[in-house]
Amino acid sequence: MVNTKVELSGLTLDNPVIPASGTFGFGKEFAEFYDINILGSIAVKGTTPEPRYGNELPRIAECAGGMINSVGLQNPGMKAVCEKELPELAKIYNKKVIANICGSSEEDYVKCASMLDAQEQVGILEINISCPNVKCGGMSFGTDPNTAAELTKAVKAVVRKPVYMKLSPNVTDITEIAKACEAAGADGISLINTLVGMRIDIKRRSPVIANETGGFSGPAIFPVALGMVYRTAKAVDIPIMGIGGISSARDVIEMIMAGATAVQVGAANLSDPFTCKRIIEELPEVMEELGIEDLSEIRGCAK
Amino acid sequence: MNDVTCAIKSNKKIADQVYEMEFYVNDDLIERPGQFVDIKLDGFFLRRPISVANKAEGSITLVYKVVGEGTKMMSSLKKGETLDLLMPLGNGYDICKAESTEDGDIYLIGGGLGVPPMYLLASSLIRAGEKPKVILGFNTSEEVFYEDKFAALGLDVTVATVDGSHGIKGMVTDAMPPEAGYVFACGPEPMLKAVYERSRDGQFSFESRMGCGFGACMGCSCRTKYGSKRICKDGPVLDREEIIW
Repeated sequence: MVNTKVELSGLTLDNPVIPASGTFGFGKEFAEFYDINILGSIAVKGTTPEPRYGNELPRIAECAGGMINSVGLQNPGMKAVCEKELPELAKIYNKKVIANICGSSEEDYVKCASMLDAQEQVGILEINISCPNVKCGGMSFGTDPNTAAELTKAVKAVVRKPVYMKLSPNVTDITEIAKACEAAGADGISLINTLVGMRIDIKRRSPVIANETGGFSGPAIFPVALGMVYRTAKAVDIPIMGIGGISSARDVIEMIMAGATAVQVGAANLSDPFTCKRIIEELPEVMEELGIEDLSEIRGCAK
Repeated sequence: MNDVTCAIKSNKKIADQVYEMEFYVNDDLIERPGQFVDIKLDGFFLRRPISVANKAEGSITLVYKVVGEGTKMMSSLKKGETLDLLMPLGNGYDICKAESTEDGDIYLIGGGLGVPPMYLLASSLIRAGEKPKVILGFNTSEEVFYEDKFAALGLDVTVATVDGSHGIKGMVTDAMPPEAGYVFACGPEPMLKAVYERSRDGQFSFESRMGCGFGACMGCSCRTKYGSKRICKDGPVLDREEIIW
């Protein structure tokens, strides 16, 4: 019997597979397909203090090996998330979840993080400083090491639960941002969020996405994500959740070999709602095939 | 909701760039007209959402137009090949609401690729004892399809083409009374809006670029009088009174 359990800042997960924020809502749509209790955890939809409608349509475009989205953090706001969405999720999911927090000012992040920190169901706070689809805040907090560090400190000062900073790949050197977050007290790093991209409708001669550009995700970005996880894992000593283009158990093994402790599966959930279930079922088989008894054996082994 | 692998029964061209594909599948999965399926195609990341045009014992029929690489690939598929479908998706039309209306005729109005879901809807309404009037709109005569199929149901069918090459010249609204009592509409958004303005009540089916098709990604949200709704999950059919243009 292989051991798929992993530990993230004191939280033990049955397996390292976590649906990424924004691709899994608050779980109920996927519970129509399978029992979501098999998941290691769930990173729930990005939450802001106030409700957000998000960007104008179209918000979606297809690409070779992936997609572009510019949803723009549509969410019902932290109050509705705590009073309605999380209690509803608790009925169908009995493990701790990862709250994903966003805002357009430091005050927003602090307010939202404090409220979600107080929810018993929340095991980890993931601070989204990498959303490319909002005009104020989002990615602008994650492209400068000093700004990222300040925000990390501000959030850490008001919460008790582990804080993971979710980083953007749209920077010159992601390891600099990761190191700044670590020095400021972050408990872990999630990377990567989507890459800025666009498509043009050549018949209409205009961008497909109403917001012109959006966030590119899907299997095509896996090598980019893997490279960034690998470099960041060498640069910091805190745990990493590896995100970006994962769609198979073999991808999960690669991410862990690059240095990730757990992984998040994003866009693949949208094209195949059974992706996480399939990965969780295949993971022990792949581990056996490769002679891996425990995932901790291979973490960061690729050197 | 189900993820099913279905064999293609037939796949044939029925008008300019328009194809009709029939699958072997448990047709009971489609609960209402206006629902859609989301098709996985080899080599394409996102699925293709396509509304159900008809169902028979053990099969469903879709009508689609070749508008890009994905639908072009679909058009090349042969009988016996299999596809992965998520179904049923979307709320579909609620025909009970129309039955309870005492407000004169019921109109089924489809424009272009908005025509196919009207066919299953027409059959359902006929079974419920209604005899809707059908108005179909196309750009030109080469694009016209299903006129004969609606007529074969014994319904009064009017076709409008923009260039006047078939039926009356003009838009679907040119074949409508100044104020229709109850309409079921599906088609491009400008058509829906024009129909909305000439109707008292009804249900309107919207198209959107979708991410997942089952309500998870918020890629196709729209504003309504009752807050944000997801076209794929809370729609594609919206009641007239909740629509915000």
